[in-house]
Amino acid sequence: MIRFVNASKRYSSGFDALQNINFHITPGEMVFLTGHSGAGKSSLLKLIALLERSSRGQVIVNSQNLNKVSRRRIPYFRRNIGIIFQDHQLLFDRTVYDNVALPLIIAGYSRHDIGKRVRAALDKVGLLSKEKKYPITLSGGEQQRVGIARAVVNKPPLILADEPTGNLDPELSAEIMGLFQDFSDVGVTVLVATHDIALISELPYRTLTLKAGKLVNDTQPHE
Amino acid sequence: MNNVQTQREQARPGFMTLIKSYFIRHAQVFFYSLGQISRTPVATLMTCMVIGIALALPTGLHTLLNNAQQLSGGWENTAQISVFLKKKVSESQAMKIKSDIQRWPNVISVHYISREQALKEFQNLSGFGDALKALNANPLPSVLIVKPELTATTNEQTTEKLLTKLRQLRQTDKAQLDMQWVRRLYAIMNIIERGVQILGFLLALAVLLVVGNTIRLAIQNRRKEIVVMKLIGGTDAFIRRPFLYTGFWYGLFGGLIAWLLVSFTILSISNPVEKLTALYQNQFELNNISFTTTLLLLLISILLGLAGSWFAVGRHLREIEPQ
Repeated sequence: MIRFVNASKRYSSGFDALQNINFHITPGEMVFLTGHSGAGKSSLLKLIALLERSSRGQVIVNSQNLNKVSRRRIPYFRRNIGIIFQDHQLLFDRTVYDNVALPLIIAGYSRHDIGKRVRAALDKVGLLSKEKKYPITLSGGEQQRVGIARAVVNKPPLILADEPTGNLDPELSAEIMGLFQDFSDVGVTVLVATHDIALISELPYRTLTLKAGKLVNDTQPHE
Repeated sequence: MNNVQTQREQARPGFMTLIKSYFIRHAQVFFYSLGQISRTPVATLMTCMVIGIALALPTGLHTLLNNAQQLSGGWENTAQISVFLKKKVSESQAMKIKSDIQRWPNVISVHYISREQALKEFQNLSGFGDALKALNANPLPSVLIVKPELTATTNEQTTEKLLTKLRQLRQTDKAQLDMQWVRRLYAIMNIIERGVQILGFLLALAVLLVVGNTIRLAIQNRRKEIVVMKLIGGTDAFIRRPFLYTGFWYGLFGGLIAWLLVSFTILSISNPVEKLTALYQNQFELNNISFTTTLLLLLISILLGLAGSWFAVGRHLREIEPQ
């Protein structure tokens, strides 16, 4: 699903964010990406979501070589990725329902389909009763779950999460991770960037570790 | 995994659904953008007023100019050359000259006014009748009124040639073309028309900038929304659409305001103008802004609104990229 081949990212300031990264994530796999802040986690996710392009090497996502995706095609490419942010990136002048419906509206689903899918996604994250509320009235954990509902509402084959539990207490964090596990169980590829080592160590998943822009560790789940 | 994949493929919207939802989406954005600008009624009204006033100026001048052209439109055909004959020319000589001139090319008709007729006419029209009676002799000359031919093939020069020829006649005291002032009026109106065009162009440019600037601010206010849209796969066209429709609404409302301003202004001056023309024994009704002009005004203002927002969106949308 995701393959990095000698991929490097150097910003125009001359800073090397990623150097010679190689790894392969198979479809349906759930993988953690960890490292200190500034180690390159965000840069790596940005390369996958085409928010940045690699300076050297190849990044292949969903069997598409990202070097060959033109600027015009980027929106269509992103529709196959559900992205979850630490700061949720919700629109505060719209209801929970409208926030979650946005990817479907963009993709041109019919009104009827949108209603069904939005409610299914909200039901999945346990927020069905709050569809008419505005995000600002929700707690941090609830806002994050709205963000997750929006990311999965059009059933993308790949989910990227950047520090999804950054502002949450351990109990809520575990709940969010539980949701990711559920998605992984039905065949969705999930890549979670986090520096919450305690959380990772409790879960039986493969972990990629970055240090100063280099991939230093690729550990398979311990039994 | 395979099972999940096929379910997913089937669930994608079909071609017909996409076409249908495309039009529904356009209609939604059409009214959504109207709702957006109506949420800030004062700011919206101010922008529309600026557009309206800017467009009302050239439109109003254009309408007034049309009226002036209509009023003076018939005057070109009334061109005539008055040939004042020398006093010693007798009536029979005058009649001979008259029939001579009638055979000349480019002459439609020649009308003879004898000295007596001229005196009578003058007494009737001028109100100096009693004063003239005090004179021993008739001071007025006899006159030949020559109507030159004015068609597409004749021009000013042929009329001038005719005038010179008439002046060269032995019996002519003085010949003058009663047309100069009409010509001058037309020349002045041509200049004014050009001025109105230039003014219109400059003000159209101003409208473009006003709309562009308003949309630029709207884009900056909704920066976050644009970033989110880009992150979840919104195309440029999708993100651009609400701003273009906003420009459309500004143009439409600005055009309507311009129409109202011009209509009411002309309505309010039409009564005084009628009184003025009545003083000149002239039946003249001030025409209000015509249907074609109205359509053109609305079309232009809408196009300016769309173009202004198009430029602003094109310039600023690319700058906003998710970080």
